[in-house]
Amino acid sequence: MTASHAIRAEFRGTIGKFALDAGFTAPAKGVTALFGPSGCGKTTVLRCIAGLLRINGVCEIDGEVWQDENGAFLPTHKRPLGYVFQEASLFQHLSVRRNLLFGAPRHDSSGSAGAIVFDEVVELLGITRLLDRSPRNLSGGERQRVAIGRALLSQPKLLLMDEPLSALDRATKNEILPFLERLRDHLNLPVVYITHDIAEVERLADQMVLMEKGRVIGAGPLEDLQSDPSLPLAAARDAAVSFNGIVQASDEAYGLVTLKIRGGMLTAPAPPAPVGERRRIRVIASDVSLTREPPAPSSILNVLPARVVSTKPVDSSEIIVVVALGQDGAGARLLSRVTRKASEALGLAEGMSVYAQVKAVALAPGRGELG
Amino acid sequence: MLGMPDDIWVPIKLTIELATISTLSLLVVATPLAWWLARSKAWFKEAAAAIVSLPMVLPPTVLGFYLLIALGPDGPGGLIASLWGARTLAFTFTGLVIGSILSSMPFVVQPIRNAFAAVGDRPLEVASTLRASPTRAFWTVALPLASPGLLTGAVLGFAHTVGEFGVILMIGGNIPGRTRVMSTAIFDFVETMRWREANLLAGGMVAFAFVVILAMTLLEKRFTRAGA
Amino acid sequence: MKLTALAAALVGFLTSLAAPVHADVTHVAVAANFTEPAKEIAALFKQKTGHEAVLIFGASGAFYTQITHSAPFEVFLSADAERPKMAVDNGYAVPDTLFTYAIGKLVLWSRVIDVTNGEAALKAGNFQKLSIANPVAAPYGTAAVETMKALGVYDALKPKIVQGNSIAQAFQFVDTRNAELGFVALSQLHGVTEGTRWEVPMKLHAPIFQDAVLLKTGANSEASKAFLAFLKGPEARAIIAKFGYVLELS
Repeated sequence: MTASHAIRAEFRGTIGKFALDAGFTAPAKGVTALFGPSGCGKTTVLRCIAGLLRINGVCEIDGEVWQDENGAFLPTHKRPLGYVFQEASLFQHLSVRRNLLFGAPRHDSSGSAGAIVFDEVVELLGITRLLDRSPRNLSGGERQRVAIGRALLSQPKLLLMDEPLSALDRATKNEILPFLERLRDHLNLPVVYITHDIAEVERLADQMVLMEKGRVIGAGPLEDLQSDPSLPLAAARDAAVSFNGIVQASDEAYGLVTLKIRGGMLTAPAPPAPVGERRRIRVIASDVSLTREPPAPSSILNVLPARVVSTKPVDSSEIIVVVALGQDGAGARLLSRVTRKASEALGLAEGMSVYAQVKAVALAPGRGELG
Repeated sequence: MLGMPDDIWVPIKLTIELATISTLSLLVVATPLAWWLARSKAWFKEAAAAIVSLPMVLPPTVLGFYLLIALGPDGPGGLIASLWGARTLAFTFTGLVIGSILSSMPFVVQPIRNAFAAVGDRPLEVASTLRASPTRAFWTVALPLASPGLLTGAVLGFAHTVGEFGVILMIGGNIPGRTRVMSTAIFDFVETMRWREANLLAGGMVAFAFVVILAMTLLEKRFTRAGA
Repeated sequence: MKLTALAAALVGFLTSLAAPVHADVTHVAVAANFTEPAKEIAALFKQKTGHEAVLIFGASGAFYTQITHSAPFEVFLSADAERPKMAVDNGYAVPDTLFTYAIGKLVLWSRVIDVTNGEAALKAGNFQKLSIANPVAAPYGTAAVETMKALGVYDALKPKIVQGNSIAQAFQFVDTRNAELGFVALSQLHGVTEGTRWEVPMKLHAPIFQDAVLLKTGANSEASKAFLAFLKGPEARAIIAKFGYVLELS
């Protein structure tokens, strides 16, 4: 990857008792999720990227050097970034409108001169009717949406979000996620998104940086990390793989949608969707079972040929098998959680041809359902 | 003026002038100081805070005595006064302003410091992520958010100066029209047993103090409610 | 100042309750200008009689107000003649116990200019500030004004006058050189060598009679009566003269 069109961040230092030694490179487009358990240093890394915290390291965004090993350090207010905090932190003394325009370029008091336009953002986030209100009279979800709009209207080249949905209840979260998906689809802006909720990652991110105890233990496309048996993700009880598929056909009579994925096709219950629409698909490891022979007709609709990539025990009785779809094993990777007994009985081994039976497929809501 | 004899009206006018100028000067001096106290991590910060608070605990005679020396020809006051051919800043309105500023300083610094501390780091971090330089963040975020504290400080500073007696007595010289303010005028009336005038001025001061405290309490309530 | 004086008086009074019965205590309100001689006299008084005189220093005017509001003083040594007379006239003091314990001497003093020939210095007027005690509060202030009027310089010097609320403060203004010169009590210059001084001829102002009186609260106090008697005696008078007061008008 060349130096430009990439986000490069490396930080090494101790803050109090916490030792940070984390570095990653991510593409300067799309959503990169910064994921890991509480206290692993995700927020610290984000604050370092923003310049709110200064420790030794390097930070380069799309060719611009924000910090380097030789002491160069651009102060936060000179970095073209947007930052959304976990608690909206709106300015109490300003109206919603003035909050939104706080970071807008000075000459642009109407917010329409930059690439990100006031009216569009307000509409995208559904906050038009809130413009003249005081932040005190907003709900948690409304505040967060305003905070996101405010960050966007400062015309950032990089958007940093620190668990923006964590402080909200489930219902509000589900209300806002579609807004975030819309933002991702509409704006050509790289985002670094911190969360501890894998569901948010799966819906929003293409890339992921996995952290643990102040270090980066994995970085790359989401599916790669999810299907990497050496990472804790694959060993989790609710381990799953998330990837994109393209709608091929809708069966209105049976309420099913068929999508093309790398190495095969999947069918899932869903309202009709336009052909060619890109949809996020999620397959849980415990919903995938394996056979060596083409299975007899069963209630499971999705049966795909695949090849075993690896097997790894996760505890005393179960193992995780990684399979790659397609006869040649070159397609998307799925996880299958099977008992060790069954695995030995089948004689599962690397390279072996198998059939993956996918019992359930979850589809993220399509654009038509976003409203 | 207002049908009051000069020996009552002039001290009142002088007191109001003194209190107003002192309060405005105090705001200018105390605000950056309070900002530093609220945000600095210097090891000597609390020692500095204690020094600023000294006038609250020192007897006015002690403060007045040191002021007398500082304002006189042996101190910085004398140096400044020599710029216009005078020997001392004592016995001048300017000297009174300086004395009032020093003696009222803790009452102004404290509420402003608390207000800045209450603002916290977050709004300023947010401002910096929105392209605001530290200066812009101070003026457009920190100061407006801390304004109730500034108001409280101003009211307290004004009230304290109006009531200031000991310090003014020590450095004023009781010059009519220049340094004979309400508090020293009352002292004179008591000394000469002119009880009517003494009661008039003193009663006025009590009424004023009552109004000030009432106003402050109501304002604070209004601001805290609004900010909740 | 008055509050601490009252607090001290209260403490003194309470401790005196615990004192052995044979030695009595008296509480004496002393005009500020008489501080040093009063301390010496009280020490000698204790030595000679065994009685304790608890001294409270302050402004005569303030003392009078306190006395009319039942302050626990038993003897009043004023800086003037007026207040003790008022105390007697208004029934707070025992008549026939009033006498002049000292006559004050006014002095023009400077640490900045030469006032050895005080009259010339005042007439020349080469100074910015002249310090006096507030005439309404202290007789030395009144005497200073009378002196200046007698010399015909009062109107010219009026704009340069600064007032200390007590003779002690008037002294402080001159001592810190904030005022180039000022009218102070000779007793305040006891032991002071700096500066130059001019003892104001007593004919230039009404005599500063400093009178003492026994207050009604001390009417039955042996110590109080003894103190006043001691004050009239030769040992006390020697101390008073030593400190620069006049004992008789010549």
